Amino acid sequence: MTAALSTRVPLWRDIRVLKWLAQLVVVAIVAAILIWLWGNYTTNASRQNIPTNFNFLDNPASFQITGNSLSQNAPVRQALYEGFLNTLRISVAGVLAATVLGTLIGIARLSKNWIVNKMATVYVEAVRNIPLALFLVAGLVVVVLQIFPPITDAWDVAGMLVVSNRGVAVPWYVGSGYGLIVLGAVAGAVWWAVAQWRRSVSERTGELPRSGLWGGAAFVIVFLAVWFLLGYRVTTPEVVGRATDGGMRVDPSFFALFFALVIYTASHIAEIVRGSIQAVDRGQGEAADAVALSGFQKMWYVILPQAFRIAIPPIGNQYLNLIKNSSLGAAIGYYDLTLVSQTTVGNGSPAVPVFALTMAIYISISLVTSVFVNIANRRMALVER
Amino acid sequence: MTDVRDSMVPLPQEPPPAPPRSGNAKVWLRRNLFRSPVDTAITLVFGAISLWLVYKTINFVFVTGRWDVIRANLRLLVIGRFPDAHVLRLVVTVIVLAGWTGLLAGIIRARQVISGRVAPQADRFSIRRVGDLAERLWIPAATVLLLLLLSSTAGPWVTAVAAVLAAIVGRALGPFIGRLKLNAVARIALIVALAAVPPALFFYIVTAVGFDGWGGFMLNLFLAVCAIILCFPLGVLLALGRRSSLPLVRIVSTAYIELVRGAPLFVLLLLANVALRFFVPDSLAPSTSTRAIIVFTLFTAAYMAEIIRGGLQSVPRGQIEAAKALGLSPARQTALVVLPQALRNVIPAQIGQLISLFKDTTLAGLAMGLFELLNVSGSITAQDAFVGQGLLGETLAFAALLFWAVSYTMSRESQRLEKRLGVGVR
Repeated sequence: MTAALSTRVPLWRDIRVLKWLAQLVVVAIVAAILIWLWGNYTTNASRQNIPTNFNFLDNPASFQITGNSLSQNAPVRQALYEGFLNTLRISVAGVLAATVLGTLIGIARLSKNWIVNKMATVYVEAVRNIPLALFLVAGLVVVVLQIFPPITDAWDVAGMLVVSNRGVAVPWYVGSGYGLIVLGAVAGAVWWAVAQWRRSVSERTGELPRSGLWGGAAFVIVFLAVWFLLGYRVTTPEVVGRATDGGMRVDPSFFALFFALVIYTASHIAEIVRGSIQAVDRGQGEAADAVALSGFQKMWYVILPQAFRIAIPPIGNQYLNLIKNSSLGAAIGYYDLTLVSQTTVGNGSPAVPVFALTMAIYISISLVTSVFVNIANRRMALVER
Repeated sequence: MTDVRDSMVPLPQEPPPAPPRSGNAKVWLRRNLFRSPVDTAITLVFGAISLWLVYKTINFVFVTGRWDVIRANLRLLVIGRFPDAHVLRLVVTVIVLAGWTGLLAGIIRARQVISGRVAPQADRFSIRRVGDLAERLWIPAATVLLLLLLSSTAGPWVTAVAAVLAAIVGRALGPFIGRLKLNAVARIALIVALAAVPPALFFYIVTAVGFDGWGGFMLNLFLAVCAIILCFPLGVLLALGRRSSLPLVRIVSTAYIELVRGAPLFVLLLLANVALRFFVPDSLAPSTSTRAIIVFTLFTAAYMAEIIRGGLQSVPRGQIEAAKALGLSPARQTALVVLPQALRNVIPAQIGQLISLFKDTTLAGLAMGLFELLNVSGSITAQDAFVGQGLLGETLAFAALLFWAVSYTMSRESQRLEKRLGVGVR
């Protein structure tokens, strides 16, 4: 018994004890810093009579959000929600457009056509190395306010777009937005079901599945049928006096933010796409050539599916960057979540709770997006083998 | 099957080399521009577009652009409202920094020759090396030359020439210092002396001007360099913490990294601008520039931690096992074996982070009203002489050129370094 005790490691050299001690020290330091910060905050806030709670959410916002019918007396809570929706709008629009443009430019960088190749290279190398904020200011002041014409002689592009220094008017639907989302979901489900059915037919009979064609056609038919049944229609914009009528007017600040985010993010996505295409085994392209696929078929059926598998994680990162960068819209007067928070702080809401809430919302959006990216990544990775 | 193919044919992952341009011009045209009817159509359309763009650009640069706004405000754009009386300090700083860089390059090269990593003949003066250097540095050199041509006084010329001479002298002297046989104390003294030069220069300026007189492009460069250096220790600690075997340490590090990475930098800057003073006692309330540096540092540390974590993961397990076998303590395993290799592997990614941070310094102008280049570009168009003439295009183009020249040079150097370090090639 005594022998066993004497060979036991002393407490101060026991690795388990040391590990716990180390952790306790780290946690104690972090906790001390946090407590110090919190203490300072509460003292400073109470000295200046600034509330530290979230009651301000029910106060009237007393400011108007551009392009929104929300009344000035609506509570801050609702204004923040509208700002959140605006952030979502610019993010979704930006992500879609940047993906398309970025992919095209990424492919163009590998083009055998000298002019296309050089133009894409110059674009990427120029845009990637210039700050986004410059594009933002240039987009608003130089493009919209200086280059675009006044409303009286606005550019009318094929009767679809009306471009002037008051913004860009685009064709838009008339009817309930929520109904449209449901309609899109239903039509998408029909697409999926038809595609599945075609695949099972192909398994049984051996004929070509053409699931994309069939599914797409089903989607269009269902969508259009319900569209007309529910009385949706599209209006195109036209200039009436000193304003536009019909369609939807995109605010200059939205346009500039969209322009800057898409131009900037597309250059990053283009590099990722180029790298991913080059990372696809060259034998794959040679095999596609050997079975006499056309240039488009080779790209669409052989190279791109494999390239996108490699590209999904970094492109997901770019989406996250785009969403976070959309907060820059506040600097040019786009009422996204950030500008609403900034304005409400200017109107007397306490800064720390407002920005804590804003930050929490942005972090939640980031987390949700990265969950989706991870799901996409896993699904694509499963296809491999 | 796959194995056989892999071992037999080393697959080239780079695109095939472009067909040689020498030879027949007609062949080149047919290969690169007029392969097929579709290709011809594409060439014609995009050729027309690019010609139009080139015409517009040349027209803007040489005909319609009104560059007098830049000429009149060059000093504001480059150094902001730096007081006249102390500009000499900036001149001294630039010259000393140039000489210091040259000296460091010379010493490092001499050490490399001594340790046998570089062949001695590679160190000799040759036309090829001069050409190589010119190819690497022509963009910043051309940009500096443009700035000099735009300036209306002789001071910048003298500074630039003196800086180049200092760099050359430093580079020539470096090898002699590098070849000295020093004992341990002298060597440490030398390292400390060299490392002390930038902070000494910093205090040399700050004691005279303080910190809030900085502005213009100088402020952008300074914010980026400051934050990247300051974030480094925190980034290393967070990266080690995230890979630690101690669960509580891991949770704390991961939470910090993920929360900061999920938040937009712009909102963090806004928050710091209005709310940072709540979190510290009044006596410590930071100035605007300091607030910006604090935010950039804390923000970049999270990204730096992720980069370094990637580097840590790339160190082969055998290295750690070998360090254990030698009986090194855990702290020494990390500091002497793992970290040096991990950091070396991620130098290019760190430069990428520096570039992105450098571009993000413009946000300090938008969110905090710091007088950095973008802010200056906007405000000089509101001067009495230039207001309401739509000159923002000119000033933004100038700002874009400066940002582009620095970022592009850094990214090219990083690619070069990547090749030389052989990252990813094992």
